[in-house]
Amino acid sequence: MKHYLLSVMQPAGEPPAPEVLEGIMHNLDVFHAELREAGAWVFAGGLHGPETATVLRAEEGGDVLITDGPYTESKEYLGGICLIKAPDLDAALEWGRKATLATTLPIEVRPFMGEA
Amino acid sequence: MAVGVEEVFRAEYGRAVAVLVRFLGDIDLAEEAVQDAFTTALRTWPESGVPPSPAGWIITTARNRAIDRLRRESTREARHAEAAQLYAPGTPAEEGPVRDDRLRLIFTCCHPALATQAQVALTLRLLGGLTTAQIARAFLVPEPTMAQRLVRAKAKIRDARIPYRIPRDADLPDRVRGVLAVVYLIFNEGYGGREDLCAEALRLGRLLAELMPDEPEVIGLLALMLLIEARRPARETPEGTLILLADQERGRWERGLIAEGQALVRRCLRRDQPGPYQIQAAINAVHSDAPTAAATDWRQILALYDQLMALAPSPVVALNRAVAVAETAGPQPALDLVDALDLDGYHAFHAVRADLLRRLGRGTEAVRAYEAAIARTDNAAERGYLERRRAELTPE
Repeated sequence: MKHYLLSVMQPAGEPPAPEVLEGIMHNLDVFHAELREAGAWVFAGGLHGPETATVLRAEEGGDVLITDGPYTESKEYLGGICLIKAPDLDAALEWGRKATLATTLPIEVRPFMGEA
Repeated sequence: MAVGVEEVFRAEYGRAVAVLVRFLGDIDLAEEAVQDAFTTALRTWPESGVPPSPAGWIITTARNRAIDRLRRESTREARHAEAAQLYAPGTPAEEGPVRDDRLRLIFTCCHPALATQAQVALTLRLLGGLTTAQIARAFLVPEPTMAQRLVRAKAKIRDARIPYRIPRDADLPDRVRGVLAVVYLIFNEGYGGREDLCAEALRLGRLLAELMPDEPEVIGLLALMLLIEARRPARETPEGTLILLADQERGRWERGLIAEGQALVRRCLRRDQPGPYQIQAAINAVHSDAPTAAATDWRQILALYDQLMALAPSPVVALNRAVAVAETAGPQPALDLVDALDLDGYHAFHAVRADLLRRLGRGTEAVRAYEAAIARTDNAAERGYLERRRAELTPE
């Protein structure tokens, strides 16, 4: 089994209306339950918005610079992640397909290095 | 390359790579091993003669080479594991439906997770045995660019673990579409002068038709390519200028390819699941039926274009349909259709317009349209034809 990261790509700005969000959260619960049942579940979670991000940067001489804000400004940012186990890319893409249908957002699928 | 070896290379390279990829689970290793085996063949066959089963010899030699190499390089634990795996029980048997190995490799190369250009390039490289330089030339990109694309695609197959298998039935219709598109792209790539690419596309088309005889579009694509290929001997002047279908010497068409293509068209149309390739093949079958250009059944061709527009509408299809309209209803209604299309960047759009304007006696506009067409093509044969037509209109 290989590990894959499913990243949810969320547009910047206001979140969807509560009733829309409620449907999405329900679909996500169903998706996560399916992952667990299939033994593909590792971890999943949503992230607070990019305005809550802090960037740390190693400086010469061992100092660390702390700054406010996301690392890059963009129109879409990482909204949440789902870490799964799958035998190959096709299986991972099948989970990705379910994830994009559940969230209505684009999903980026990336393999982890190594077997695990 | 010595004669016997070269023939075997053309016929068996793809199959050998496909078998070795399954055996080794690594595309780069498989390619190296097969190339090693052909190098050995070049050295030994001239003396020992071509073995009774050249393909089997290449595959066995490549496999032994790969095992040797893995042993030699097994300094790291991973290599040990890999070498051990070759002997592990449950290793897929070497025998078995070898053809499926090639199909697996085609489907791996044409995985939707790879960029379309990389799909075509990988298919040409792994199944066609084309060098990176040849593929780079076909795509008109510098060789290092193509090398990088191939490396990236192979790395993604390995690192993301794109599976090496024929997709499940449920995925097949979607994937087959991609595979067919890739094969047709290869064919069209060769149409501009690379005969070997057309031959490779035809070989892949035949292979797919043999492996998926129940997919009408697979048969349709093969028929389409055969019918177009049949006209090759009549398509250019000795100087390399394009000769349009209407002006071709039909006696020079290859009757054998036409007969084969037409039989395939009949076979897939009987299934009554029309698709774009089948309809295009049927259109070409109608052209090949006509003993002279004047005898062409344009009504039937127009009906087929109507069907194609309903199934897979595109401005290019609309343009081709307009040509059939010109033959059945005259140049003016055709020009009205063409003028409504948004295809300014496409040389054929201007070429069709030019021809219609010429037939309507609007010479000055026709010249301008020919010039627009000439400016938009970099194919020498095409340009030669268009320049000749324009010259006919400008006596000065």
